[in-house]
Amino acid sequence: MLTQGTPSARGKFVFQNPSSESEQKNPEGVIHGGHTTEILRLLGSLSNAYSPRHYVIADTDEMSANKINSFELDRADRDPSNMYTKYYIHRIPRSREVRQSWPSTVFTTLHSMWLSFPLIHQVKPDLVLCNGPGTCVPICVSALLLGILGIKKVIIVYVESVCRVETLSLSGKILFHLSDYFIVQWPALKEKYPKSVYLGRIV
Amino acid sequence: MKCAFVTVGTTSFDDLIACVSAPDSLQKIESLGYNRLILQIGRGTVVPEPFSTESFTLDVYRYKDSLKEDIRKADLVISHAGAGSCLEALEKGKPLVVVINEKLMNNHQLELAKQLHKEGHLFYCTCSTLPGLLQSMDLSTLKCYPPGQPEKFSAFLDKVVGLQK
Repeated sequence: MLTQGTPSARGKFVFQNPSSESEQKNPEGVIHGGHTTEILRLLGSLSNAYSPRHYVIADTDEMSANKINSFELDRADRDPSNMYTKYYIHRIPRSREVRQSWPSTVFTTLHSMWLSFPLIHQVKPDLVLCNGPGTCVPICVSALLLGILGIKKVIIVYVESVCRVETLSLSGKILFHLSDYFIVQWPALKEKYPKSVYLGRIV
Repeated sequence: MKCAFVTVGTTSFDDLIACVSAPDSLQKIESLGYNRLILQIGRGTVVPEPFSTESFTLDVYRYKDSLKEDIRKADLVISHAGAGSCLEALEKGKPLVVVINEKLMNNHQLELAKQLHKEGHLFYCTCSTLPGLLQSMDLSTLKCYPPGQPEKFSAFLDKVVGLQK
């Protein structure tokens, strides 16, 4: 489907790099763990057609920003023709900290939605790819809204973490119903959620 | 001359650090043929004093930009149940012991450790059962961990977005 001189993927891809679901809240807001690592592994397998890339991370997440920059630089190094692929890092507040109370979560989620929708509306991505908690849900809901409002149909792909063997994460449970494709990495989850996509272990 | 590497990732896992750095643990680790123990303690509040004798060295640090080198040099990795730490060790082909932090509630990370143990790729235990496991385990029974296949994901996604029929 490649037409001459034109990237066949017309445009913009939003990749969601939320923080992992840490059990221990760090007052400095350092993000724990490997969800960013997982999604970057997935992105590493994608062709150059997936550009420009917009990354959305939690506003307190410096570690992910560093990982993304390393990933993109490394990608550009390995393939000189890639050098002019633009990427952008956007920051929005997390909709919920681990163990945050549910009443306050309503407010913080609405706040995140308030900021996510303008971002999604501005970028108008073709695809949203995400894999975890934090900023994920508002971004995907915003993408859905774009479709509902007739502005743009966005494909929403959610990849549940490889950590999740038998049970879904909280975001997974929510986005299972909202995503176009919901990818799980273990057979037990495919059995529990027959509508999910199982490709084996992909990270 | 073997090296054991203990990692807690970005978490705090005081019980594990205290357990491995206790004098009788150190003795046991040395008796198993390790002459070097490296403790990556993350956000922990238990900070053992590093030391170096003729026969044994204990290194302690919080974080490094990348744990790749320490994992590469290790003959045994003892890790918290974080997926990142586990997969990094397994992908480097290192014998891996996962220690479950019983103080974490609803510890979903246990799922991955259990599954990988079922598949024969690692041993797992708690802090209290770690010394016993170290003594009795046979690392040669561990099976090689096959890497994930992200190319299956890219093939799938290419079809979804219409890059491929």
